[in-house]
Amino acid sequence: MEGIVEINRQTVVQKMKSYRRSPLSLLLYLLVTLSALLTVLTLLFLIVYILVKGIPYLTPELFAWEYNSENVSLTPALVNTVMMTLLALLVAVPLGIFAAIYLVEYAKRGNKLVSVVRVTAETLSGIPSIVYGLFGFLFFAVKLKWSYTIMGGALTLAIMILPSIMRTTEEALKAVPDSYREGSFGLGAGRLRTVFQIVLPSAVPGILAGVILAIGRIVGETAALMYTAGTVAGIPSSLFGSGRTLAIHMYVLTNEGLHTNQSYATAVVLLVVVICINAISGFIARQVEKR
Amino acid sequence: MKNIKESVMHVVFLLSACASILAVAMICIFLFANGVPAIGKIGVLDFLTGKTWKPGNNIYGIFPMILGSIYVTAGAILIGVPIGILTAVYLSKFCPRMLYKVIKPAVDLLAGIPSVVYGFFGMVVIVPAMSFLFGGSGKSMATASVLLGIMILPTIIGVSESAINAVPSSYYEGALALGATHERSVFFATLPAAKSGILAGVILGVGRAIGETMAVIMVAGNQARMPKGLFEGVRTMTANIVLEMGYATDLHREALIATAVVLFVFILIINLLFSLISRKAEV
Repeated sequence: MEGIVEINRQTVVQKMKSYRRSPLSLLLYLLVTLSALLTVLTLLFLIVYILVKGIPYLTPELFAWEYNSENVSLTPALVNTVMMTLLALLVAVPLGIFAAIYLVEYAKRGNKLVSVVRVTAETLSGIPSIVYGLFGFLFFAVKLKWSYTIMGGALTLAIMILPSIMRTTEEALKAVPDSYREGSFGLGAGRLRTVFQIVLPSAVPGILAGVILAIGRIVGETAALMYTAGTVAGIPSSLFGSGRTLAIHMYVLTNEGLHTNQSYATAVVLLVVVICINAISGFIARQVEKR
Repeated sequence: MKNIKESVMHVVFLLSACASILAVAMICIFLFANGVPAIGKIGVLDFLTGKTWKPGNNIYGIFPMILGSIYVTAGAILIGVPIGILTAVYLSKFCPRMLYKVIKPAVDLLAGIPSVVYGFFGMVVIVPAMSFLFGGSGKSMATASVLLGIMILPTIIGVSESAINAVPSSYYEGALALGATHERSVFFATLPAAKSGILAGVILGVGRAIGETMAVIMVAGNQARMPKGLFEGVRTMTANIVLEMGYATDLHREALIATAVVLFVFILIINLLFSLISRKAEV
């Protein structure tokens, strides 16, 4: 790419001249630039609008420990979100990593099972969250008679993020050079030891970037949780109680329409979390690329 | 001892790999077992092509919702695809390196924003704007299309950009050598070569748009009747499920699950198309 740019370096005057000969080129150039501008401005407008409207309402009361109808504190929802995230990761991360280890390190070439796993993982990643929610409702809440629980919600989310964790881990494992494995085998280590002592440690940053993106998805999820974890506005006494996460909290507040300012403030908190998550995962991904 | 550990872990890895197969199987079984009997009870034709949804009178026709989903998705594609592809072209072929470092993370962030936040933004900004411009309540098919169009942008930009980057630079160089300008070379040599990849991105975007729930509920008006026009309220399949699941019982609940079955079949078809086209793009 660099070479091409060098050869084609034009002055602005030359560029304008060539546009006069080919007005279509100018039009295309304008269209492309305008579209990119529109995309960035939309994002910027969304973020700035919500920050400006929301930050004044980030009062200490909003972070009070108790939720009640006068003071719609978001702390319980925040605690639930953290619980939900940890639980879902606890299930999905080992499962996803193990599955990826099987696909990359154990399965033989042309294994039928591998292609079936690939197809199902691809299918899972295309299923909309409301379908996951309905499945979680039918299975955890109705079939297992749990009713609305944090546990049911977390397990539903675990299934939802499983394919993305599998995919990022797979890519990270594949990026580990084969010479590492050969060296380890050559020193007499078994397959298991090679995977856990040699391959996995070198793949950690890549896996981490994927896990952090999965956290982002959990934090922002609504449709999959409405009918699995429910919308109760407190911290449940056990994992088998109902509780709402931050995103659901925000949806309910907005829907009730009584606390719009608090909705803005909750949106600010959600946005800040998402921006941080994106920044961290981008930073890790860049570190990986550097190596 | 060592061998036992090896083989135990081998089995553990194998079982973990089967988790996604199990998950898909369970989702299919539970959805179909709970939804298909309802379709039988209501009648396939009455259910799919019935124009009235009145759970109170035991009339369950989801044709309005199917149409609603299709219209809203089509609107989103009409808005999101041109802007998305052009932005991808900009990122891939026009963007100075310094700007790229700003725009690329911005696009990634656009993908990370939760749908409730999009919905809320739609409710407080786009709905009043639409109401001001075109009258009415502002909660309409057009509003939902605009919002979904924004939401599918990152998907389309991401897939299109990598498709454009995958085209060999000899295409571009060849066009340039024949005297075409930079813009003409990109649009008439590189872009057509990337069309399968871009199409795959568009299909992925369709999947996103048709499955989106919360953001649509907050801006679409959700009236359960045949869509009347661009600036009238509309209800999608996803909205139908979320809005009524909370209090539905018996056949009503089963009909909602059956709605999800129809949505699921739509998604399966879209997934199939996607994998067919992206395989073609790789060849």
